[in-house]
Amino acid sequence: MKLYCLSGHPTLPCNVLKFKSTTIMLDCGLDMTSTLNFLPLPLVQSPRLSNLPGWSLKDGNAFLDKELKECSGHVFVDSVPEFCLPETELIDLSTVDVILISNYHCMMALPYITEHTGFTGTVYATEPTVQIGRLLMEELVNFIERVPKAQSASLWKNKDIQRLLPSPLKDAVEVSTWRRCYTMQEVNSALSKIQLVGYSQKIELFGAVQVTPLSSGYALGSSNWIIQSHYEKVSYVSGSSLLTTHPQPMDQASLKNSDVLVLTGLTQIPTANPDGMVGEFCSNLALTVRNGGNVLVPCYPSGVIYDLLECLYQYIDSAGLSNIPFYFISPVANSSLEFSQIFAEWLCHNKQTKVYLPEPPFPHAELIQTNKLKHYPSLHGDFSSDFRQPCVVFTGHPSLRFGDVVHFMELWGKSSLNTVIFTEPDFSYLEALAPYQPLAMKCIYCPIDTRLNFIQVSKLLKEVQPLHVVCPEQYTQPPPAQSHRMDLMIDCQPPAMSYRRAEVLALPFKRRYEKIEIMPEPPPRPTQPTGGKKRKRASDDIPDCKVLKPLLSGSIPVEQFVQALEKHGFSDIKVEDTAKGHIVLLQEAETLIQIEEDSTHIICDNDEMLRVRLRDLVLKFLQKF
Amino acid sequence: MPEIRVTPLGAGQDVGRSCILVSIGGKNVMLDCGMHMGFNDDVDDELEIKAYYAGHVLGAAMFQIKVGSESVVYTGDYNMTPDRHLGAAWIDKCRPNLLITESTYATTIRDSKRCRERDFLKKVHEAVERGGKVLIPVFALGRAQELCILLETFWERMNLKAPIYFSTGLTEKANHYYKLFITWTNQKIRKTFVQRNMFEFKHIKAFDRAFADNPGPMVVFATPGMLHAGQSLQIFRKWAGNEKNMVIMPGYCVQGTVGHKILSGQRKLEMEGRQVLEVKMQVEYMSFSAHADAKGIMQLVGQAEPESVLLVHGEAKKMEFLKQKIEQEFRVSCYMPANGETVTLPTSPSIPVGISLGLLKREMAQGLLPDAKKPRLLHGTLIMKDSNFRLVSSEQALKELGLAEHQLRFTCRVHLHDPRKEQETAMRVYSHLKSVLKEHCVQHLPDGSVTVESILIQAAAHSEDPGTKVLLVSWTYQDEELGSHLTSLLKKGLPQAAS
Repeated sequence: MKLYCLSGHPTLPCNVLKFKSTTIMLDCGLDMTSTLNFLPLPLVQSPRLSNLPGWSLKDGNAFLDKELKECSGHVFVDSVPEFCLPETELIDLSTVDVILISNYHCMMALPYITEHTGFTGTVYATEPTVQIGRLLMEELVNFIERVPKAQSASLWKNKDIQRLLPSPLKDAVEVSTWRRCYTMQEVNSALSKIQLVGYSQKIELFGAVQVTPLSSGYALGSSNWIIQSHYEKVSYVSGSSLLTTHPQPMDQASLKNSDVLVLTGLTQIPTANPDGMVGEFCSNLALTVRNGGNVLVPCYPSGVIYDLLECLYQYIDSAGLSNIPFYFISPVANSSLEFSQIFAEWLCHNKQTKVYLPEPPFPHAELIQTNKLKHYPSLHGDFSSDFRQPCVVFTGHPSLRFGDVVHFMELWGKSSLNTVIFTEPDFSYLEALAPYQPLAMKCIYCPIDTRLNFIQVSKLLKEVQPLHVVCPEQYTQPPPAQSHRMDLMIDCQPPAMSYRRAEVLALPFKRRYEKIEIMPEPPPRPTQPTGGKKRKRASDDIPDCKVLKPLLSGSIPVEQFVQALEKHGFSDIKVEDTAKGHIVLLQEAETLIQIEEDSTHIICDNDEMLRVRLRDLVLKFLQKF
Repeated sequence: MPEIRVTPLGAGQDVGRSCILVSIGGKNVMLDCGMHMGFNDDVDDELEIKAYYAGHVLGAAMFQIKVGSESVVYTGDYNMTPDRHLGAAWIDKCRPNLLITESTYATTIRDSKRCRERDFLKKVHEAVERGGKVLIPVFALGRAQELCILLETFWERMNLKAPIYFSTGLTEKANHYYKLFITWTNQKIRKTFVQRNMFEFKHIKAFDRAFADNPGPMVVFATPGMLHAGQSLQIFRKWAGNEKNMVIMPGYCVQGTVGHKILSGQRKLEMEGRQVLEVKMQVEYMSFSAHADAKGIMQLVGQAEPESVLLVHGEAKKMEFLKQKIEQEFRVSCYMPANGETVTLPTSPSIPVGISLGLLKREMAQGLLPDAKKPRLLHGTLIMKDSNFRLVSSEQALKELGLAEHQLRFTCRVHLHDPRKEQETAMRVYSHLKSVLKEHCVQHLPDGSVTVESILIQAAAHSEDPGTKVLLVSWTYQDEELGSHLTSLLKKGLPQAAS
């Protein structure tokens, strides 16, 4: 059994498991941190961005100045942003039989895999994962396509040139494989290959392996996966949470007794407590608005935003923010808010009970009804006429490289009254802000990452006790910035096996059993053939095979054996003791039987009848196996 | 012999009530009681339940109940044709031992849905055009929504003005449920619900009992569906006397209800207080019931491929007809027990065991590849431990149980007439066996002995007769067949050497 590791990003994994002649891809995350190297795509022409100076080498050579621009000491690629794909050369991806998706953040590379590698298999995911994943992809495509940027820079990717560039461009990995965003057509085609599954549903793959999604507690429809045969069990844990937010709680019990547990998707901010962060988020938001400033929250259109809206729902009246408008701007804002209300069976118990009243499970329905929260597909159109300040705007993309957020950064960046609050943990906020420097607006970093932290992981591992743990190498050492924090790594026995991008791991697995079915009674022996046709069938049913004689065990009690011999008509029996046992002599028959603890030896004339009689007497005292 | 037992307590050859007791693999399961949402559900370690989409009403499900290798599928009410708001029932080829299916419409084969719908709209339209009032008795959830969607789109298209009402209070609540449970509706509604919720009706308003006396045409959906009580019956009594009016019964009516009476042509109804109600209004029946018809039932049986079928819900005569059809077409036995009558089905369980890979590989090395469909014989030891069955080689079994092997060995003396030296005799034996036993490994060892596989043959001088040599043939119990075959072969003597 082997694990091919195609992604180096621990929270956006892409691994391929070869197990009992099936090839299973576990997630296909898309590393979007590559976009931080690019200039933002403004929705409205930005004089500041278009007037940035071109970058030139120290010797004054300016041949790259069309591709690279400089902003406050940082160099950015002036081009359509590109993404870092999972490794496509390590394994022939057309041989992948199935792809298992654990949550909507971990499927963003799906179109690259299913549309351009000869993939012919099936993708499995839960309904919320597919629906919300579709929304995330739709938003991404929309953000990039609505700003037609002709330029696609490629000169800088040349290895000899890349060496000359300043960091971080110099150190960017695999830039030659970076790709532009897919199209909506590719998204639709990729999503059409998905088969919907429910938690605990057992899916048979070719009769060899069974896969089962389990609730992972992290997001709507998020799953961990069990991949098992009758005697081997691999657990794939990806993006799990033990906190009580909106999704169904994590199913931990079903992970027990795993031979191997692959652990990915832990919190990216192990030192921050999500509850504390939410509190800080609310108080900073209130402070800014009270001082007449605007608040910008760069975010994804689904996920933590539901929890933030729920907190604000409880908070705004007491904080005196009832008259402040909240705007949610995304091409999929409406869909996201609507979809969140219809996935009752994927929600936590509290929210589930609400729908039987019947009431919408999320209170943002009420925020919308009372006009406190308004949503728009983009800042063009209705929004521009409704727009009032001060206000709070939720919009994407959290990388600050594309989407409506770019416009708000340009608009509000110059005033220290305004605040941008970072809640999504996927991008370093300092890097995200780099192309907007110098900046007057306040920046607050409140990353909310509900995924497992190292304390929870260690508890979980003690609870479910896998024989072996496999994880990305980042988890087996403290974070580089906090190298003294030995508590910020996985601690288990035996030590976790670690992997890095483009590595192949042989998993420590010894298969010892296979499942067969036995019939309650032995099949009838083929009977005497009665006709040509029948005879053929009889021998078809039970293939000829050598019938093995059983092994024997036990020992022969001499006295009883001699009695048995006498009873069966043998006379003239003599018993002699030897060092290791006895010799029974049948003088008349010229036969000698050596009996020892673990052996019996019958030495006689070539008289088959006699030999068989003696054999049967001996066998009576022994057990057969 | 293991078996599955089924006893209908309230659904055998009967419509409406439903309660069935199933005993399978030592578990008793009562069918038609609630269960929470989800897919597979391990109720305990042995009992497993899987739900399938049934398309009868919102949230309707069919269940597969599985214990070990035995399984039963219970359909409940289901519908094999998708409609305006629900999808079609679906099941995989799960090959249960028994399929328990409802057979309310055992002999009906309905014409195309489109025709029925057109017919329905035409009749409603005509009645409204001539100024009549139309009563449609329905149950709160299910068909009501289907017909509402149908009328709503028709009113929209034809730009009709006559009011449509729905029993008080129900619309709003039902609408809420439908909105929150939209994932249970059909593909089209799910896809478009963000833009437009199909259950938000423009033309259909809440009914007030005073409206019944309003002049002019109107359409009213009222509960209950069989006209046996409540609002629908009240309105019926008010409108029955006018031949311009119409009542459309969109589903099945149980015997004894007003609905059943007027459908069977009765025009004078005896109401309470010896009052006689004369029915002059037009009475129409239109099967919009979301039950599978005979074709649908056959389709489901074909999909699931059960070993046997059991019919519940329905009238005995009609069920008998369907039973014969199922038995003919699928060649499986079909049952239709009455309430309280128990059907017992013997099952032939297969016993899953774990075979050690060592033993399996040894079997494969014998040249026969395993064929999933055919039984085969193999020798091994079955170890039962903690309700866990393992099939291992005898060697492994002895080792695991901490037992020593007892070796049973035979040595037979075969007398040969041969005056030559022992070594030469051995040589002759070797050549002879080598030529006769082509499929076995025959060796002549340096110490002068001969082996055939693991059987050892030594030549010795006879203590009394120098013209005779004694062959000592020695083998273990496990090689008995070959050993005994060799002795009889050697007993026949050796051929004279050609020299």
